[in-house]
Amino acid sequence: MGFFNKLVSGLTKTRDNLVNQIKSVLSGKKISEELFEELEEILIVADVGVASTMEIMDNVRERCKTEKAKDGEDVEKILKEEIRDLLGDKEELVPPNTKPWVIMVVGVNGVGKTTTIGKLAAKFSNEGKKVVLAAGDTFRAAAAEQLEIWAKRADAQLISQKEGSDPAAVAYDAIQAAKSRKADVLIIDTAGRLHTKSNLMDELKKMYRVVNREMPDAPHDVLLVIDATTGQNGLSQAKVFKEATEVNGIALTKLDGTAKGGIVVAIKSELGIPVKLIGVGEGIDDLQTFDPDQFIDALFGE
Amino acid sequence: MFENLAEKLQNTFANLKRRGKLTEKDVDLALKEVRLALLEADVNYKVVKKFTERVRERAIGEEVLKSLTPAQQVVKIVYDELTILMGGTTAQLNLSHSPSVIMLVGLQGAGKTTTAGKLAKNIKERGRRPLLVACDIYRPAAIKQLQVVGGQVEVEVFSQENQKPVGIADAALKYANKNGFDVVIIDTAGRLHIDEELMQELIDIKSAVEPQEILFIADAMTGQDAVNVADSFNKNLEISGVVLTKMDGDARGGAALSIREVVGKPIKFVSFGEKLDSLEPFHPDRMASRILGMGDLNTILEKAQKAIDEKEAAAMVQKITTDDFNLEDFYEQMQQMKKMGPLDQLLGMVPGMNKLKGQANFETAEKEMKQIEAIINSMTPNERRKPAIIDASRKKRIANGAGVRVQDVNKLLKQFNETKKLMRQFGGLGGKGKRKMGMPFFN
Repeated sequence: MGFFNKLVSGLTKTRDNLVNQIKSVLSGKKISEELFEELEEILIVADVGVASTMEIMDNVRERCKTEKAKDGEDVEKILKEEIRDLLGDKEELVPPNTKPWVIMVVGVNGVGKTTTIGKLAAKFSNEGKKVVLAAGDTFRAAAAEQLEIWAKRADAQLISQKEGSDPAAVAYDAIQAAKSRKADVLIIDTAGRLHTKSNLMDELKKMYRVVNREMPDAPHDVLLVIDATTGQNGLSQAKVFKEATEVNGIALTKLDGTAKGGIVVAIKSELGIPVKLIGVGEGIDDLQTFDPDQFIDALFGE
Repeated sequence: MFENLAEKLQNTFANLKRRGKLTEKDVDLALKEVRLALLEADVNYKVVKKFTERVRERAIGEEVLKSLTPAQQVVKIVYDELTILMGGTTAQLNLSHSPSVIMLVGLQGAGKTTTAGKLAKNIKERGRRPLLVACDIYRPAAIKQLQVVGGQVEVEVFSQENQKPVGIADAALKYANKNGFDVVIIDTAGRLHIDEELMQELIDIKSAVEPQEILFIADAMTGQDAVNVADSFNKNLEISGVVLTKMDGDARGGAALSIREVVGKPIKFVSFGEKLDSLEPFHPDRMASRILGMGDLNTILEKAQKAIDEKEAAAMVQKITTDDFNLEDFYEQMQQMKKMGPLDQLLGMVPGMNKLKGQANFETAEKEMKQIEAIINSMTPNERRKPAIIDASRKKRIANGAGVRVQDVNKLLKQFNETKKLMRQFGGLGGKGKRKMGMPFFN
């Protein structure tokens, strides 16, 4: 299956609901308060959130007036433009000038950090890059084993210590190993943690500090993994993780279900963190670059 | 903007309280905010609609107009309806068979394996003999994870290599029968509800082992999609209940309401953390009062009862009501409080403390607690018993010993005296005073 087809097929299930809803709402309809309310409902059900939905719809209403929108299709166009504005330009993971390229992956429990790292490692390996993975989740039972299996699949090297050891020490080891082995990319896994646990967030800050101390411009990227089924709590997660580790991108996982992942619209608009990657399946190549145009087109069924 | 549902409703009704008698318009205004709060809490759109209609029907009319405190009555109606929505009374686990079979199902990352370990521990503590069964043959190292978790709770884990999940479940049941295990907990792989092949696998496991319980494991942070997922699992498997995980975060937990309303099955447990003893029975009334910002007093009381020796507590009350309360007693109290669990978890359950939970600095509070401990530790027994004798030179010595400034010692003594005053007032309240001991110190 081609790259684009995979993305579209991944998003198809996601968009089916929305598409059907949007079409049924918009087709042949006159502009009315009822129409706006129905659009509001669709955004809310997509987990865009009350505040962002209100903001989007206020702008849509305003523009419908000034631009003299005539029917449902005009409204759709305006609505798409508004969401597109909030999502901003396409942003990819860009390698820095120095090596190794250090990427830290953070997030709450169960969002798919390790799987995302496995896929990302495979992608880099396929590009001919030398990849080192750091098993920074020293807490969860068998987390290092899980990463080890992915490392084998992706043809990457693994740096790990025994369960319960200090994750900052793992990060330190990994940086040294990545440097001495002249690796192109170092991806650091971290234990899932709820952003409300201040001691665990401190532990993460410490990892970040150690990485930064050993390599002043690192980590070059900090990816926050967000599960597409996440509701409004995603905002809270993004806010706290950003404060702790300078998160500069989101990997939106599990988009192959029926969840719409609309929370990323709110996260981008409130906190300015762009989505860079999306996960559309469990296969090793089911990680895609996030493209806002395709994302919206897929949402609106084009 | 990160207010939780409890705070939001509290604010809504704080406004109502100031307005005195309720009109139809007031109720609508309140419900508009309730509606927004519920949506922000991730309660499903349709569930919110139904819920607010139900409350409106009950709130507008005689009942409210006749009441002396109309606002309180609306709070009660919202509370009642929330309780009803979430299931009325506490639902028990069906363990009547031998072996009783429990299947855990859900999306990837919901917390099935961790829950399996917690459930095994919980069941073991009831004097039963559980067996854990590893049926997740897909996720890398999932079996290993269950084995580690099983080791931690000292429960045997059944696994087989190169077998399909149905075969493993079947063999596990036979193994349990042969070896005297009376509860079988089957951990299954996480899967998407729209993955027909893997849903069929669950259906096959179900018909092979005929479980008494099929528990749907749901992440408390789930958004609007919770209804689709739960509905789909329920239609395929006829689940018997729900376990809500990751409740120790700041997720507003609206998924609980949505799932309960849509699938009509009770939430049987809530899970509060990564430690294997953090599984608690779900109490709809407690959850409702928590949502409404009335606090989860019952849970905190139970925790306190577990941690505090009753005799000690009685002796403490005796001391407080008389004038004998000294720094030694205070030190004791702090130790008992520590036994109850991390501060942030506890505070989340205390009425009015929810606000604190979001912003407060538990680090600071815990640090302060440590500092207080150090100061008291640097005192002589006599000083602890009679704080009044602590003069300037003693203060200096204590400060040096504890590695703090003299001001810190002064602060502690001042706070202690204020607490003591407060304690005496609580003395007359009996049980209630017991609970609040120590809290005024953390300002």
